[in-house]
Amino acid sequence: MCGMLLASIILLPFLGSLCAAFLPSNARNAEAWLAGVVSLAATAIVASLYPQVAAGEVLRMTLPWAPTLGLSFDLRMDGFAWLFALLVTGMGTLVVVYARYYMSPSDPVPRFFSFFLAFMGAMLGIVLSGNLIQMAMFWELTSLASFMLIAYWHHRVDARKGARMALVVTGAGGLALLGGVLLLGHMAGGYDLDTVLAAKEAVQSHPWYPLALGLIALGALTKSAQFPFHFWLPHAMAAPTPVSAYLHSATMVKAGVFLLARLWPVLAGTDAWFWVIGGAGLCTLVIAGYLAIFQQDMKGVLAYSTISHLGLITLLLGMNSPLALVAAVFHIFNHATFKASLFMAAGIVDHETGTRNLQRLSGLYRAMPITATLAMVAAAAMAGVPLLNGFLSKEMFFAETVFLHRSDLERMFLPLAATLAGMFSVAYSLRFIHQVFFGPEAKDLPREPHEPTRWMLLPSGLLVVACVLVGVLPEFTIGSFLRTATNAILGADAPAYSLAVWHGLNLPLAMSVTAMVGGTVLYRVFLRRTSETVPLLEPFDGKRIFDRLQVVVTTRAARLMEWLSPPGQQVQLLAVFGIALGSGLLLVFTQGMAWGVRPLTPLDPAFLLLWLIGGVCALAVAWQAKYHRLAALIFSGAAGLATSLTFVWFSAPDLALTQLAVEVVTAVLILLGLRWLPRRDERYASGRGPAATTRLRRLRDVALATVSGLGLAGVSYAVLSRPQVDGISPFFIEQSLPQGGGLNVVNVILVDFRGFDTFGEITVVGIVALTVFALLRRFRPAPESVPLPHQQREQDDPQADPAVDLSAALPSGYLALPAVLVRLLLPLAMLVSLFFLLRGHNAPGGGFVGGLVLATALLLQYIVGGTQWVESRLRIHPLTWIALGLFSAAGAGIAAWLAGAPFLTSLAWHGALPLVGEVHLSSVLLFDLGVYMLVVGSTVLMLIAIAHQSLRAHHHRKPAGERA
Amino acid sequence: MEIVLALAIGILAGSGIYLLLRPRTFQVIMGLSLLGYAVNLFIFGMGRLRTGAAPVIDAARGSDPALYADPVPQALVLTAIVIGFATTALFLVVLLASRGLNGTDHVDGRESEKP
Repeated sequence: MCGMLLASIILLPFLGSLCAAFLPSNARNAEAWLAGVVSLAATAIVASLYPQVAAGEVLRMTLPWAPTLGLSFDLRMDGFAWLFALLVTGMGTLVVVYARYYMSPSDPVPRFFSFFLAFMGAMLGIVLSGNLIQMAMFWELTSLASFMLIAYWHHRVDARKGARMALVVTGAGGLALLGGVLLLGHMAGGYDLDTVLAAKEAVQSHPWYPLALGLIALGALTKSAQFPFHFWLPHAMAAPTPVSAYLHSATMVKAGVFLLARLWPVLAGTDAWFWVIGGAGLCTLVIAGYLAIFQQDMKGVLAYSTISHLGLITLLLGMNSPLALVAAVFHIFNHATFKASLFMAAGIVDHETGTRNLQRLSGLYRAMPITATLAMVAAAAMAGVPLLNGFLSKEMFFAETVFLHRSDLERMFLPLAATLAGMFSVAYSLRFIHQVFFGPEAKDLPREPHEPTRWMLLPSGLLVVACVLVGVLPEFTIGSFLRTATNAILGADAPAYSLAVWHGLNLPLAMSVTAMVGGTVLYRVFLRRTSETVPLLEPFDGKRIFDRLQVVVTTRAARLMEWLSPPGQQVQLLAVFGIALGSGLLLVFTQGMAWGVRPLTPLDPAFLLLWLIGGVCALAVAWQAKYHRLAALIFSGAAGLATSLTFVWFSAPDLALTQLAVEVVTAVLILLGLRWLPRRDERYASGRGPAATTRLRRLRDVALATVSGLGLAGVSYAVLSRPQVDGISPFFIEQSLPQGGGLNVVNVILVDFRGFDTFGEITVVGIVALTVFALLRRFRPAPESVPLPHQQREQDDPQADPAVDLSAALPSGYLALPAVLVRLLLPLAMLVSLFFLLRGHNAPGGGFVGGLVLATALLLQYIVGGTQWVESRLRIHPLTWIALGLFSAAGAGIAAWLAGAPFLTSLAWHGALPLVGEVHLSSVLLFDLGVYMLVVGSTVLMLIAIAHQSLRAHHHRKPAGERA
Repeated sequence: MEIVLALAIGILAGSGIYLLLRPRTFQVIMGLSLLGYAVNLFIFGMGRLRTGAAPVIDAARGSDPALYADPVPQALVLTAIVIGFATTALFLVVLLASRGLNGTDHVDGRESEKP
């Protein structure tokens, strides 16, 4: 029951995403309703699970995937995952309501809500994963969804660039994370989260611990935009504001700190953890806070402030203290509430005035008092003003910096840095509110400012209410949830703490007061009107470094590619064969080579003669292929025939049949193509012999080919002279009849034992046929190939009408007699092909051979009757045959499901029919029929496609003739 | 017999490799086809050579593996022949398209500088 509910939390958003993608592009209300209902339902399910989670129970659902490898699809919900899941779903619901009013009617909303919901599903996947690898997969899914959402307005350059940057940084981090969790799982002895969390000693004493920590930190720090990877987040602000509020402040960027908190029990507690995580957090906290002060864009201020607050959370996690962890989890929640609300306010201002520029905005309080009030409360929470939630977690943070158990230097430095960051935070919050809502009323705004519709204010309002309630009554509102969450992480080590507004006059309070006063002074004195550039840190712009790095990597890669892959195909193939030959020879020289002891089959002179001819033919092909293509084709056919006879000789009748049929079809195919190849280049026909370099090159190739051929001959003989190894073959021979129900073992292997391979193979053949067809649709022959070849001109009667008489019973002229014969052959060939198909299971034959025979018979009609004449009579649609063939083969496979067996298990029925007698029916016949139809369809489609080119050339020729 | 077959494989492969290194597309397609014969015969040879022992079960003799030729290489080669046909067809069409597009049958789509 719980498992179903857990699964539905993740499934709902993904299903919603699919549905959303298929709604019409102007269905703004339907989309919002769909997304809203989905998020609300997910929120309700999460909320309903609280009683069990609060009781300390860990809810689980497991779907085995590859159990032998210890991999399964695991969902796991404890208190911490519950709090995060509620944050993701609840915040999602609010942002959907906001987005409904934010998005303009001209925006294509299906794309927005579809990716929005997909992101929600992926984020819930991270939160609820009970398996590290699965978590890494959902992690990358969130990066992808974020990429699509940042680039939502893809006509804008900044959106595209920002999206690419975010994807590169977080995607690369995700890869590092994958490496890290693989190491971690290896050290812990399993990828299951419970196993990993229980393996602290094993992991931390392992020599790979620093490496795993580094990789996981890379993943988490890039995702949470920590220094020095923080630069992608401000550029991600090109996304629509609901996306910024949801992904880039409340949820996705929290995935990094979520992971650090999740793995805290197993990774934290070491010096390496303190310096890597704490160090990155502290740098980010201070630097991003400083940068936030100088931003001119409202969303820019919020972006840097988000980075800074994430730095605070990271620092807390890096402190190796359970209380700091509590503060971190608390601040994750608090930051989400006030920051999402501020983003919504920034979006409202942008929506109603048309600009987010702090220099242009001023005095909006009069026009939009409700928005201003909400933003002020949220900003106060961000600054850490008492009686708001931000104050509480910030106090806890200050307290932790003071009571850090480390050396005196660090204990001195950390509170100072924390207070400084607090001052920055106060300063930018103040600037954000003061410049937008106070001062003289702005005159030159693109739109006349006014309050937005009430529904747009509602989500922001609810979040602000949460800020205040938590700030005033922390223990009463959030206390039990927070305790459930932190107990889930810390277990028995959970510290006692009290959430109260007033802790007495102590050092943290003094730090808060200092930050307040200092921040206000900083703003009043220095920052009333700031310049565009950031003092001190200007040269360290992450974006510029990123861009330069990208250019360097791209050009270097291109140069490497050039170096690795020489331009000519001949050189590449030479390298391929050279390396293959070299490695073969190396083995011979290092390992030695010896012939086997198996007694040889006595030599038959006829076989020797066969290969004397075959060998000469093969050499003749090599000799003639350049200038005498037809001769080369004939010689190659002869070599193929010798191959086919060899198959017969050595007990492979199926192969011989197939080889023979393929040989015929291939020869016809290439014959059809010969017509479009160029004549001998005049430059080469001058009578002079080839240049010396050319001769040298040929000599080199002859040498390479000879050595390779001899090598292959040697290897073949070495194997042939060794006794046979019993592999899997005896199984097939023994089981062919009992399990496959057929006597022809080769055919049984193809259609039954290895039917899935064959299914893949016929699919490939079908795809090749379609590709050939598609390639030839746009074929343009070379101009000199267009006129009729001289053979055709000379043999035809020049007085005859070139137009084909389609109503004639037979083609006129010298082809009449062959046409009669070929036509008589067709039904006979059909019979033969069916015969081969049906007997295939028990005797040589089968779908491949049968199909090729039928295709050959059809081909003969084309050759003798002419394309137009045949097509006016023949009703055969190769595409239909391909489709039917695939359906038939797949149907035979699926039929096994009906019997409760795996795909492509053969089913047989043996019984007696009236009149017919005893009948044996098997699903493999249906499968072989599929092979048959597909082979017929594909072969005919390819040949027709090539044959039709002569007709097309005819069309090309006509206008030319008229012009002349 | 084994020596003859081994030499046959060697000659087919050698001619095929020489043709694959030539500059004209038609030479390459012929070379692929010869190399295909050689490789198919080589794989077929992995089951060793037997005469009069086709892997079709004879009800009178039963299913003793010792009585029949190895069916596995045969099944593999049968698949290879059909796929080889499909790739030859595809290559032929690519060759024709390249010739129509570039006006040359050189494998690189342009004539090399020196004739």
